[in-house]
Amino acid sequence: MPRIRTIIPGVDQKLLIKDAARMLPDPTRRLLLRGGLSLGALAVLGGCDIVDSDAAEGVLRKISKFNDRVQALLFNPNTLAPEYPESRITRPFPFNGYYAEDEAPEVDGKTYKLEVGGMIDNKEPWTLDKLYALPQVSQITRHVCVEGWSAIGSWQGVRLSEFLKRIGADTRAKYVWFQCAEGYSNTIDMATALHPQTQLSFKFDNQILPRKYGFPMKCRMPTKLGFKNPKYITAIYVQNNDAGGYWENQGYNWFSGL
Amino acid sequence: MASIDTSASATPHPVIHPVWVRLTHWINAFAMLVMIGSGWEIYNASPLFGFTFPGSITLGGWLAGALLWHFAAMWLLAVNGIVYVALGLATGRFHSKLLPIRPGEVIADTKAALAFKLAHDDLSKYNAVQRLLYAGIIVVAVVIVLSGLSIWKPVQLQWLTALFGGYDAARYVHFFCMAAIVGFLVVHVLLALIVPKSLRAMITGR
Repeated sequence: MPRIRTIIPGVDQKLLIKDAARMLPDPTRRLLLRGGLSLGALAVLGGCDIVDSDAAEGVLRKISKFNDRVQALLFNPNTLAPEYPESRITRPFPFNGYYAEDEAPEVDGKTYKLEVGGMIDNKEPWTLDKLYALPQVSQITRHVCVEGWSAIGSWQGVRLSEFLKRIGADTRAKYVWFQCAEGYSNTIDMATALHPQTQLSFKFDNQILPRKYGFPMKCRMPTKLGFKNPKYITAIYVQNNDAGGYWENQGYNWFSGL
Repeated sequence: MASIDTSASATPHPVIHPVWVRLTHWINAFAMLVMIGSGWEIYNASPLFGFTFPGSITLGGWLAGALLWHFAAMWLLAVNGIVYVALGLATGRFHSKLLPIRPGEVIADTKAALAFKLAHDDLSKYNAVQRLLYAGIIVVAVVIVLSGLSIWKPVQLQWLTALFGGYDAARYVHFFCMAAIVGFLVVHVLLALIVPKSLRAMITGR
């Protein structure tokens, strides 16, 4: 095992310990991982001599890109994520973020304006009142975290495909990019953006989305891992360039489809 | 029990493991170690039980690194596994080496093995315990791949995930298959060290 252990991608070490610890939702688990990291990974990363870690990481990232393409092929735009009865909703639904719950962004709904841009016809920003007036749909689906755990939640909002139609988006564009209040961002493929269950959610369990779940707006995609579902959205751009994302840029798989 | 054979011409041993068996065996061994090591690191991000694997024996350093390794090695494991199973069936090797598996023989050979009375003179023939374990581990390998797919794609392959009893159940199945493989690995390596000519046969074929 020790030989293999040294073949580790050369991730920025400072980023690594900070962000890996942050990925975890609760402080006890955060500490466990931090301990594991300092003992194992970082010690090994420091003394990596058998295999060039940059080369190893390069190969692994290429395979991850290949996996993006495989997943795009596997993605069936007509396959719906399973929906569940209300009794199956996980209560309390966990808070997830790379920060503590009380550090979550506080967005003022009165002054909030959603910025829209890129390959669209109407770039006028959207107030919450205008957004709330859009036709709404509901789903009770499973949120699957990249860490492995899952939880069933209930979201209400407008289909992203409907919203894209309203802003005159060119849906031949390859990507939709989300910017969030806390600086989080990510990019998704157009096929997923147009999926019938991809939803700009204004409510959780029929209540206005509380701060901890992403007020004023989350993009719910039950066909993707949790971290691909941005919260506290402040801007949506339709574009042809892949602008990456917070976790994706650090090595998490870009497509992350379920 | 002569284990030193330097003469290349005299009386050549028959080939016990053809080259495709040896090749797929060692590729599988490498892929398995990567899958297990990275799998432990992934497990640590959200443990199913009240323990985690020490960072010193996991692969990937952190969750993203481990996932990169896991979803890279899966191709090696899958392609190699498909080649192995296809050739095993096509050449009749599975049939001739692994069957039949009779409970009475398994019990008798287990007793003999525990008393260190099991013969290993003819490496080309598996005893009943070997047949059971080798056939069993192939079944476990199939189940770990299928449960892994159902965790990876619980929407696109939701019929498969449902077959395992849902996403959460599939994670447990995946874990227990890993435990079975690790258990097998410990016994397998131990026995190969006790009977070194079996290890030689998996390298040179004879």
